[in-house]
Amino acid sequence: MWLVRAALVYLLLGFTLGAVMLAGKALGHSAWIAGWIPIHVELVLVGWMLQLAMGVALWILPRFGAFGPARQAAWAWAAGGLLNAGVALVVTGAPFPGRVLELGAALAFGLSVWTRVRASGISAM
Amino acid sequence: MPLLTRWYVKTAMLYLVAALLLGALMAGGRLVRLPAVVLIAGPAQIHLFVVGWLTQLIFGIAYWMFPKASAERPRGSDALALFTYVALNAGLLARAVGEPWSAVQATPVTSVLLVLAAVLQWLAGCGFFVLAWPRVRGR
Repeated sequence: MWLVRAALVYLLLGFTLGAVMLAGKALGHSAWIAGWIPIHVELVLVGWMLQLAMGVALWILPRFGAFGPARQAAWAWAAGGLLNAGVALVVTGAPFPGRVLELGAALAFGLSVWTRVRASGISAM
Repeated sequence: MPLLTRWYVKTAMLYLVAALLLGALMAGGRLVRLPAVVLIAGPAQIHLFVVGWLTQLIFGIAYWMFPKASAERPRGSDALALFTYVALNAGLLARAVGEPWSAVQATPVTSVLLVLAAVLQWLAGCGFFVLAWPRVRGR
């Protein structure tokens, strides 16, 4: 739930920055807009889309994996915390530590859901 | 599947085709002579793909699949949902026309189109936020 809510906040931030940039382009301020493109991309692609995908996957995948719910939840919280800290660092001008935290988020997310991805018994495919 | 979701998904598929077609045309500009407005449509092409296809598909599926807001109004305000769809697409179309045109020759008309595109897409983002937020909750 918190990942999806955070994704919605990033959607709002990303769309707001994008709108300011587009309006700025219309008013002839193209020079400073170029510097904001990486921040806009980070907010929209990582903060919004990637985080929404992670949040919906945590919601919709079969609930019980091999680790048990408590450990799965702990990895999911770690993934959310690392991802949001990573995005915050990237957009505030610290891309390297931000990307390292985002990598940690991906690993924590993988640990949270890996054993929840399994056959349903309904379909062979 | 709600009517609005069908509109979102089908419109998203049209934008996917449009984005890939424009991408192919831009790539083809290395082989054949094409109008400048096509060759400099990179930002518009990215937004046709990311907003027109990806974001629109997400909006449509989320509108359908997120938990119900209430028994009386399961997906929130129908008027706001319709406005969000119209604003997203009107804003994106204004951008798709205005941005390459502005890059070739900026005029007052292109400036109006870009500001309109910015405002409409921002309103669409706000609309989706307002609709989706109360539907995101724990089990």
